[in-house]
Amino acid sequence: MSFKQTPSQTIGPFFAYGLTPKQYGYNEIKDITSNNLNSEGTIGERISIEGIVFDGNDEPVDDALIEIWQASSSGLYVTSKNLKDTNDSFSGFGRCGTGTNPQRKFSFTTIKPGTTGDNQAPHINFTVFMRGLLSHVYTRMYFPEEEGANQHDSFLLNVPKNRRQTLIAKQISSNKGKVYQFNIYMQGANETVFFDV
Amino acid sequence: MTSSYNQRDWTVHPSYFSENYKSTHLRSPTKAPVKIEQTNSELTAPSFFPLINHEQENDLTKNGAVNGQQPLGERIVVTGRVVDENGKPQPNTLIEIWQCNSSGRYIHAADQHDAPLDPNFFGAGRCITDNNGIYKFYSIKPGAYPWGNHKNAWRPAHIHFSLFGPAFATRLITQSYFPGDPLLELDPIFQSTPKEARKLLIKTFDIEATEEGFALGYKFDFILRGPKATPMEK
Repeated sequence: MSFKQTPSQTIGPFFAYGLTPKQYGYNEIKDITSNNLNSEGTIGERISIEGIVFDGNDEPVDDALIEIWQASSSGLYVTSKNLKDTNDSFSGFGRCGTGTNPQRKFSFTTIKPGTTGDNQAPHINFTVFMRGLLSHVYTRMYFPEEEGANQHDSFLLNVPKNRRQTLIAKQISSNKGKVYQFNIYMQGANETVFFDV
Repeated sequence: MTSSYNQRDWTVHPSYFSENYKSTHLRSPTKAPVKIEQTNSELTAPSFFPLINHEQENDLTKNGAVNGQQPLGERIVVTGRVVDENGKPQPNTLIEIWQCNSSGRYIHAADQHDAPLDPNFFGAGRCITDNNGIYKFYSIKPGAYPWGNHKNAWRPAHIHFSLFGPAFATRLITQSYFPGDPLLELDPIFQSTPKEARKLLIKTFDIEATEEGFALGYKFDFILRGPKATPMEK
């Protein structure tokens, strides 16, 4: 290696008009994505995800950015290499800021990802950015009904048993279809497991 | 597909907790991140270039201008290359930027600094690197602005950059600063970066990149995590 990585710096409090303009009411530039990953041609079971990011005082964080990256319902990550080969109109990537919901929730509309093989249970990859976070954190959301697959997941197996529940979403009752709750705790007894990706 | 990427190099990235940057106190994870072997999830990245095809998205001197007027401030060109740790150019990489105006005010509704907004400046844009990993933005030089971290705290002039690179593992959000800024020594965010690595966050003034009669040129290269060498290659 001849070059050093460019150091990370915090996203700061004012990212929204650049990264999530539409969500925050800015129309000067178009969005590259949103918190709705689905379109009419998306194949798969529709689900919603919502959650709150909590700081060390258990206060909701109102200026975090959440990004998700996930496989399609057939377990395929749609990249520039296979984009043309798939009929499934699903990009797998979404963004949501926590500053527009009264309870500081982030939310996504998406589909349940399929299994990608290589000892992975179905999961959704999360990155979290915020003021006060000098480098982003990586985590994953797993599904509570996938108990069997979760037991063989290579990431979960590396997590101490008493912390695994921080990565398993809760299905909550809702009139909006299937909704999973996935809160993220930056600190405290329930501190979310972050991965050294 | 690359079989795995180098880990984040914590000799260059800031630690999560910084005594002097107060917002880190309640927001930095306290437990060490759990080690994993990278899988498809970390080695792939979304494709953006079908989504980006808007003229002037890399020109912040124009994309917020009303009726052909221009934003106030010193025009700048910021250009450079995105490469990996081996120096290999990273084409088709999405770069998004945002910044305050020349008075030190962001258009973001939450910015309450008592400095004027510029009706002709929005302050955000994006581009995709070309086949050689090169990017270019036109903008105006952002101002310094006060913040509440400590008494008489001022952020040095900076531009926020967001990059994807070829994989979920290469994601990077950072800030790049301007050479010779006396506020750098006093800024807890910049200073949270390990000392030897701080220079990697400062643009260089470049007369070659300067456009005659139009804008001062600054160079800034991004180095993303590179593919891990296999034991054979070592």
